[in-house]
Amino acid sequence: MLKRRNITIPFYMDPWFWVKLMVFVIFALFLVWPFSSIIINAFKSSKVDGFTMANFEKFFRKKYYYGALKNSVGISVVPSLFAIVLGVPMAYLMTRYNVWGKKIWHVLAILSLMSPPFLGAYAWIMLFGRAGSVTTYLKGLGITIPTIYGFGGISTVLTLKLYPYIYMYTSGAMESIDSSLEECAENLGSGKLRRFLTVTMPVVTPSITAGALVVFMSALADFGTPMLLGGQDFRTLPVLIYNEYLSEIGGNGNLASAISIIIVIITLVMLLVQKTYVNRRNYIMSALRPPKEIEVHGFKRFLVTLPVFLISFISFLPQIVVCASSFQHTNYSSFTGGFTFENYQNLGSRLWSSMSNTFTYSLTAMVFIVVIGILMSYVIVRKKGKTGGLLDMLLMAPYVIPGSVLGLCYIVTFNVKPLVLTGTAAIIIISYVIRKLPYTVRSASAFLMQMDPSVEEASINLGVTPMKTFWKVTARLMLPGVFSGAILSWVTCINELSCSIMLSSGKNNTLTIEAYTNIVRNSVGSGAALSAILTVTSALILIICLKISKGKIRV
Amino acid sequence: MEKIKKGVRLEHISKIYQDPKTGKDFYAVRDTSLVIEPGSFVTLLGPSGCGKTTTLRMIAGFESPDEGEIYLGDEPINELTPNKRDTAMVFQSYALLPHYNVFDNVAYGLKLRKVPKEEIRERVMNILDLVELTGMEARMTNQLSGGQQQRVALARALVIEPSVLLFDEPLSNLDAKLRVSMRTEIRRIQQRVGITAIYVTHDQSEAMALSDQIIVMNKGVVAQMGTPQEIYYHPVDEFVADFIGEANFLKGTMVVREGEKVTLSIDGNPLVVDGRPDMQTGSQYTVVLRPEAASLADQGGMPCEVVLSCFMGSYQNYHVKVGDTLVKLEEHNPKNKRIYQVGEFCSLVFDPASVHVL
Ligand SMILES: Nc1ncnc2c1ncn2[C@@H]1O[C@H](COP(=O)(O)OP(=O)(O)OP(=O)(O)O)[C@@H](O)[C@H]1O
Ligand SMILES: [Mg+2]
Repeated sequence: MLKRRNITIPFYMDPWFWVKLMVFVIFALFLVWPFSSIIINAFKSSKVDGFTMANFEKFFRKKYYYGALKNSVGISVVPSLFAIVLGVPMAYLMTRYNVWGKKIWHVLAILSLMSPPFLGAYAWIMLFGRAGSVTTYLKGLGITIPTIYGFGGISTVLTLKLYPYIYMYTSGAMESIDSSLEECAENLGSGKLRRFLTVTMPVVTPSITAGALVVFMSALADFGTPMLLGGQDFRTLPVLIYNEYLSEIGGNGNLASAISIIIVIITLVMLLVQKTYVNRRNYIMSALRPPKEIEVHGFKRFLVTLPVFLISFISFLPQIVVCASSFQHTNYSSFTGGFTFENYQNLGSRLWSSMSNTFTYSLTAMVFIVVIGILMSYVIVRKKGKTGGLLDMLLMAPYVIPGSVLGLCYIVTFNVKPLVLTGTAAIIIISYVIRKLPYTVRSASAFLMQMDPSVEEASINLGVTPMKTFWKVTARLMLPGVFSGAILSWVTCINELSCSIMLSSGKNNTLTIEAYTNIVRNSVGSGAALSAILTVTSALILIICLKISKGKIRV
Repeated sequence: MEKIKKGVRLEHISKIYQDPKTGKDFYAVRDTSLVIEPGSFVTLLGPSGCGKTTTLRMIAGFESPDEGEIYLGDEPINELTPNKRDTAMVFQSYALLPHYNVFDNVAYGLKLRKVPKEEIRERVMNILDLVELTGMEARMTNQLSGGQQQRVALARALVIEPSVLLFDEPLSNLDAKLRVSMRTEIRRIQQRVGITAIYVTHDQSEAMALSDQIIVMNKGVVAQMGTPQEIYYHPVDEFVADFIGEANFLKGTMVVREGEKVTLSIDGNPLVVDGRPDMQTGSQYTVVLRPEAASLADQGGMPCEVVLSCFMGSYQNYHVKVGDTLVKLEEHNPKNKRIYQVGEFCSLVFDPASVHVL
């Protein structure tokens, strides 16, 4: 070992020490501690003292519970596979051909991904549900369609909502294939299909699996869709957690905690499987010459456009259906046609209170997300070392821990002293910050990684202190990256349901919660109007953001 | 600039890094001591990875040395953070602030020193005049050519009137022609201002053209420091001789000493050269012969065989074999000389005063 001189400044003089400390305290307080509490909680029972496996035994003995586990796995695996079927061809066509209206399909894909979590299910019920307009119409013709409630319907809705993850991850990878690689394969006499299977696919599979993992985790965590389409007999784990927690009110949520642990274990296993798979075949590529778009004309161009159009249009359809329905007359929880504003007029004060909650909470959360996001991505990218790696890992946690689980964590932990927060707006804001921070950090770090560090050094070298340099130069230059990440964080905050619904105490209802409760209560008019407001708000924010950032959004 | 010029002194400086692959520590710079005179232009020259940038960054304060002490003038500066050091650096990538225009880039360092507005304006305009960028102060940096951007970077460093200017391969992003004109420019400005400059490069012609003193580095240690002439004509070892210009190495045994002169036997051929006092009869020595110092003749020197003969325009390039040693030489202005062909046997001649014994 060579002898090194110790760092000259004491740690407490280094501002970054305090930044790291702050970030760790936040994560320790609002992620590690609550999660540890439910781990402990899962091994306790009101019936016995000390630790017990009773909750897990109960889970695996009763079909009511383990059936939900099977259902959850089913509605996560199937949409992941079908999302690949939709997303990969779409990515291929969009990156390789001069598809008509390319930008529009891209925006539609983003919009459906970022739509409120229950919207797809709701629109499908409007069309194909028991009293749905299409169902009723076809019934008149004597045709009955298969039910959309249960496994099939949920899988369809989730596939259509989540396929854009696959599309975006895959097209990112396809754009980074050096065109000489494919040309080389062509030179060697491979046909187009063979080339795709032997050259393109192996290179993009890591990205496809990464996208599939995200689809899997999102579907597993989804709460709104199975709630609406599951009915009485088809329950998934997040639904169980919510129900258990409701029925255990006053109790301490032991069983719900056990179910949460099971969900998290499933996501962790999938994460590990995906990571080991990708690590074994890691093709790092950077395109010297990104692949050219192939120009096709006339009918051929129509043929390459059609699938892209169908996929993105069908997945966007729910937003049109809901918005259109919101202008229809209603009568006893069903729509009766015509055109009216009465659904909106009837909302009254509920609209304003939920609207103001939504914006107050999400914008307050954004302030924290942006500031913490900038500081954290700087630590991760520029200060590497052990802390950076650890922070990077902590950032994965919100992906692994579903919203309903985090909601439960908070209820269990912050219901009792020393820190009582349940029922406050603060707890909802905190859950937003913890869950949506990763979007901003990832986007900002990706941006920072491409920034030349010597610009910062030049500033310090000219006599500006490192901290002042950070705010005047680094943070300033990071803004575009922070901005596009923050918009995603913001829109997902606005549409957050699974966590906030458990943390809200009625008066804290956000637009999303309000819309969802109205739908569940069968007040279809208000439900549609609120959903429409939510959809249009999200869409407007995203479209403005896409305009400003010239279409460069990473999910 | 009526500032007192300051030199830089490095005393037994070492920098240890960890090899990211093996995880082992190694010396990027090892026990380096240097004295850089106030007002001089000094180049750090050496092959890639020899520790030039590391040395420069330690002087700027971006890396802290693991051993030794750095002085600016007479003041030890190890404990000073880079923003407190009286140095200014010009980066290879220019490192201009993309969200500022030319004027604000140059004024950046002054503004944060709370210099009055009027004075900032005057100083910036003077410097822009010096680097010949007058009239461009409102341009954004991405509207400038590479050479102009480099001038902005230079102006930005000069305007804060540092004691020492540091350059890390500032010209390597420019094309060959611009490189030559920019280096004369840099030298002109440095001499006008009279500032101490430390310049990192791996381009030896750049080092020759610019420097008062060249420091040749190899594997983290200083191989030699001296004026360009000293380094070229009196290299201390084969590495320096080979790195600076082309060199042939002739191995010979010392046979006799007569006062200042010694006689070496090279492949049986006697060669009388200026010797050093420590040379011993019977020992092996290496003689450095520059290609341009030798020529071919029909007789009168060391017998040799031509293995390559190639017309290069301004000179004829030969490779000849003296015994087992390959010697490269350049016969300048070859038009009126006899050209030897491959396979011919002839004689290698050179002035014994133009060779250097290692
Ligand atoms: N941050 C670092 N961590 C580990 N090793 C490093 C680091 N920076 C430099 N090195 C190593 O230290 C050695 C010296 O690097 P340095 O950058 O000083 O070389 P250089 O002489 O400037 O080379 P070049 O001409 O290529 O710029 C190299 O072997 C390099 O790989
Ligand atoms: Mg270097």
